Amino acid sequence: MNTKQTLVVIGNGMVGQHFLAGLVNSTAKEQYRIVTFCEEPRAAYDRVHLSEYFAGKTAADLSLVADGFFEEHGIEIYLGDKAATIDRERKQVTSANGVVVDYDKLVLATGSYPFVPPVPGHERPQCLVYRTIEDLEAMKTAAAKSKVGVVIGGGLLGLEAAKALKDLGLDTHVVEFAPRLMAVQLDDGGGAMLKQKIEALDVKVHLNKNTTLIDDGVECLHKMNFADGAVLETDMILFSAGIRPRDDIARGCGLEVGPRGGIVIDNQCRTSDSNIYAIGECALWNGQIFGLVAPGYAMARCVVADLAGDVGSFTGADMSTKLKLMGVDVASIGDAHARTQGALVYTYQNGSSEIYKRLVVSQDKKRLLGAVLVGEASGYSTLLQYCLNGIELPDNPDALILPQRSDASVGLGPDALPASAQICSCYDVSKGSICSAIEAGCCSVGDLKAQTKAGTGCGGCSALLKSVLDSELTKLGVEVNTDICEHFPHTRQDLYNLVMVGEIKTFDELLEKHGKGLGCEVCKQAVGSILASYWNDYILEKQHIGLQDTNDTFLANIQKDGTYSVVPRIAGGEINPDMLIALGQVGKKYQLYTKITGGQRVDLFGARLEQLPVIWQELIDAGFESGHAYGKSLRTVKSCVGSSWCRYGVDDSVGLAIELENRYKGLRAPHKIKFAVSGCTRECAEAQGKDIGVIATENGWNLYVCGNGGMKPRHADLFATNLDKDTLIKYIDRILIFYIRTADRMQRTSVWMENMEGGLDYLKSVILDDRLGLGEQLEQQMQRVVETYQCEWKTTLADDNRLKRFRHFVNSEQGDDNVVFVEERGQIRPADPMERKHFKLIEEAA
Amino acid sequence: MSQWIDVCDIDDLQADSGICALVQGLQVAIFYQPGLQAIYAIGNYDPFSQTNVLSRGMIGDIAGEPMLASPMYKQHFYLRTGICAEDKDVSVPVYPVRIDNGRVAIKATSMRLETPLTLAAETE
Ligand code: SRM
Ligand SMILES: Cc1cc2nc3c(=O)[nH]c(=O)nc-3n(C[C@H](O)[C@H](O)[C@H](O)COP(=O)(O)OP(=O)(O)OC[C@H]3O[C@@H](n4cnc5c(N)ncnc54)[C@H](O)[C@@H]3O)c2cc1C
Ligand code: SF4
Ligand code: FES
Repeated sequence: MNTKQTLVVIGNGMVGQHFLAGLVNSTAKEQYRIVTFCEEPRAAYDRVHLSEYFAGKTAADLSLVADGFFEEHGIEIYLGDKAATIDRERKQVTSANGVVVDYDKLVLATGSYPFVPPVPGHERPQCLVYRTIEDLEAMKTAAAKSKVGVVIGGGLLGLEAAKALKDLGLDTHVVEFAPRLMAVQLDDGGGAMLKQKIEALDVKVHLNKNTTLIDDGVECLHKMNFADGAVLETDMILFSAGIRPRDDIARGCGLEVGPRGGIVIDNQCRTSDSNIYAIGECALWNGQIFGLVAPGYAMARCVVADLAGDVGSFTGADMSTKLKLMGVDVASIGDAHARTQGALVYTYQNGSSEIYKRLVVSQDKKRLLGAVLVGEASGYSTLLQYCLNGIELPDNPDALILPQRSDASVGLGPDALPASAQICSCYDVSKGSICSAIEAGCCSVGDLKAQTKAGTGCGGCSALLKSVLDSELTKLGVEVNTDICEHFPHTRQDLYNLVMVGEIKTFDELLEKHGKGLGCEVCKQAVGSILASYWNDYILEKQHIGLQDTNDTFLANIQKDGTYSVVPRIAGGEINPDMLIALGQVGKKYQLYTKITGGQRVDLFGARLEQLPVIWQELIDAGFESGHAYGKSLRTVKSCVGSSWCRYGVDDSVGLAIELENRYKGLRAPHKIKFAVSGCTRECAEAQGKDIGVIATENGWNLYVCGNGGMKPRHADLFATNLDKDTLIKYIDRILIFYIRTADRMQRTSVWMENMEGGLDYLKSVILDDRLGLGEQLEQQMQRVVETYQCEWKTTLADDNRLKRFRHFVNSEQGDDNVVFVEERGQIRPADPMERKHFKLIEEAA
Repeated sequence: MSQWIDVCDIDDLQADSGICALVQGLQVAIFYQPGLQAIYAIGNYDPFSQTNVLSRGMIGDIAGEPMLASPMYKQHFYLRTGICAEDKDVSVPVYPVRIDNGRVAIKATSMRLETPLTLAAETE
């Protein structure tokens, strides 16, 4: 009956657990009954952050196992029971407690143990190691009785242990056999700088010291005797002299192990017995042991893939590391020792600020091979990305470590990285998967950690993770902090309510009552928009003018060369030949570039600031009005031709589109608003891609809401069906004012609704069932806006004072000589910088 | 020799906003905050977009330091130093400016020397 095979995992440490977590999410899970042996008294915990145990974290805080994980997935775990032997003939594992399990597949994840050099006296009391929670408890007990502590070993872990001793209040020493600290990762220069910095923290460093004997001390419990005759007294000793793979159980059953230990594995992480895998620190791949968690995780993923029948392979791992040791930044990347043939080395050393940096570059100076950073490692992520992705170096690679150009300025922005770039090496998370998670809604580092696991390992990638997040969010137009900016500790909604409740009419008043500082372009525009939505004043009133960005200030859209575009309203896209001719005449007269927009109207480009009033005067004389293409306001109401002409049309979509556009034109909102009206379900106006979409049916109008195109297209939702026109307008009034009152800055209706608790149903209950009793108020506010509409261009043209602003120079009639056009396809376009230079030269010569 | 050059009337300034003046062939953006009795003058050329538009940006502060946001791509320039907040290696020139007897003047000293800064990356 039981067709499942048995999979046994020996060791439930970091890698063993990562393997189980991956397995239960894979298709392979169904094929196996899973059994695991865990020697330690508790299931897997985060060894990487073990030191935080001293900072108050509990064993539970460090746990890597979700509550109920083993039960939920039917995994049998033997806690506190060590697998003692493997019988490969019988395919059987026997534990120290006598449990016997038959296996089909076996995974060894036994990790490593701290190497304790066989110095006579090493077994004396208070001579400890640093690997498990029990070790840390023993340290705490010993430290309570000690004044002096010594760490033997000045590598990564040794220095971390020294910090722990220092924090426990001991007089701390580090004794290192090699002539420098972190001998594996650093070169001599880096090691020397690190020593200086560690000593500045009052930890004594003893290099070139070979301990020959530990015996009784006079002042302290122990006396350490060194080969050079020196001695050092201490109360406790921590050995941190490297790790050794735990391969005893593999040796016991005749699996191949390396000459210096380690269970030999191939690229699929299989040992010399193809039914047995080894992963993590116990495994030896290509003659190499990996003493970091990320390569172990990669091996675990490889085995999960192999079991699931996918192609998985482990082909080595990057051993770059970044540490914050006792407040000292240290990082090592790739070939730090410049062992590659022909490698070139650049070194930067700053004695006074104790910074040491070294770059190892390929012979042709194009690729970064390795780097060492001590004292200042902010460039780590950038350099690592250069190294891992083989990104071509700038012409002067030394610029990457020279101080006057900060790392930020030469930094590879997250945008420069390919989607395949690995951001988090611990969990092998690429930039691409982070971007997809952001698109799927993650908007904080916390979300991303939860979703992708990136940043939850060594934490070394968190800065990069944050910058990818910020850059992606910015691209998506999402605000990160909910405070609108540093000047107001409020969201846009709060500000709206403050304006409404306090009857506030100007930015200065709001700033004085609820903010601080002078404001900035963010809060000024938002408040400008709120005031405009609520009071519907002319936006260029003296007290509002500083709140408008250039587009609103000049009632036109700025273009790449500093000229502006002119977009008159063409309601519903309907235009008669005379109006078309008038438009054409203006375009021709002022030599503007003309184009039909995606919003069913005409855009005239290339107007100089000083030309805008005359152009608009002519347009207004011809019967046009502002199209508000510059504002966060109603843009266009697209229409299809509808029942007047179309043989399928069931209602007059053009008529309704014009009516709607005229009703809502000029309405200021948190973001732009677009409408469309289609005359039948063939939907030629694409109404379901709009904030407000209306489609005619035999029985009335169907209303769709919260759609848009753009960066993240969203199909609109059907909101109400078969409405008569008055009801339709009533609902739209309510929706729009409710949106204006409650949306965030720069939030389109789609995102607004998706972020609203209760979503579409809630919105329906507010608008259709009037659940908040706001319906009438919302309609009244809209009515006020409709009644106070003015064409901003008309108002502006009637005011000489306002017109003063429409000139390039306050003290000259000249124009901007930097604006230069060239001809393309019979119309103008802005000259590119090269063309511009050329043009200026000709002009000067003439 | 330093010399104040008369530019315009105080009424030509835009409260809490900017205007552009042509001073000895150079474009100078002048920002005025009557409430704070503050006035600043910087180059009008935006090194990022390579256009003469800074006078059309919005002003405010970053952590109390007065700044201007470029209307094009929204980089911030400190009004007192001309340094760009996003990229300290980029800056725009800053000019002494004063209001005297209702007239606005810019100091001519270094004027001719200071040409608008362009980005190192500008195509050659
Ligand atoms: C002119 C036009 C392109 C064209 O030649 O057809 C255009 C041009 C601009 N669009 Fe657009 N969009 C134009 C139709 C569209 C459309 C199509 C449509 O409306 O049917 C869309 C997708 C539909 C939608 O919005 O749901 C569109 C989605 C965007 C977006 C992305 C909005 C989003 O929610 O993702 C932006 C960026 C923004 O608004 O923040 C944008 C922003 C811009 C800006 C304002 C960018 C800028 O700041 O300079 C462009 C300047 C216009 C100008 O100078 O006049 N434009 N833009 C179209 C003007 C329509 C009009 O008559 O008003
Ligand atoms: C203090 C400290 C700081 C560290 N900092 C970092 C860092 O910043 N970055 C980094 O990448 N790495 C760091 N490491 C290394 C990292 O913790 C290891 O690479 C990782 O734990 C290896 O996982 P593993 O599963 O192979 O071994 P382990 O986590 O050691 O797990 C092996 C488990 O198997 C058990 N076991 C062994 N034999 C048997 C058996 N026969 N039967 C049953 N159970 C058995 C062991 O008791 C253990 O629980 C640090 C390690 C320490 C100690
Ligand atoms: S799609 Fe981009 S380039 Fe084209 S008009 Fe819209 S904003 Fe400009
Ligand atoms: S690289 Fe270690 S947590 Fe991401």
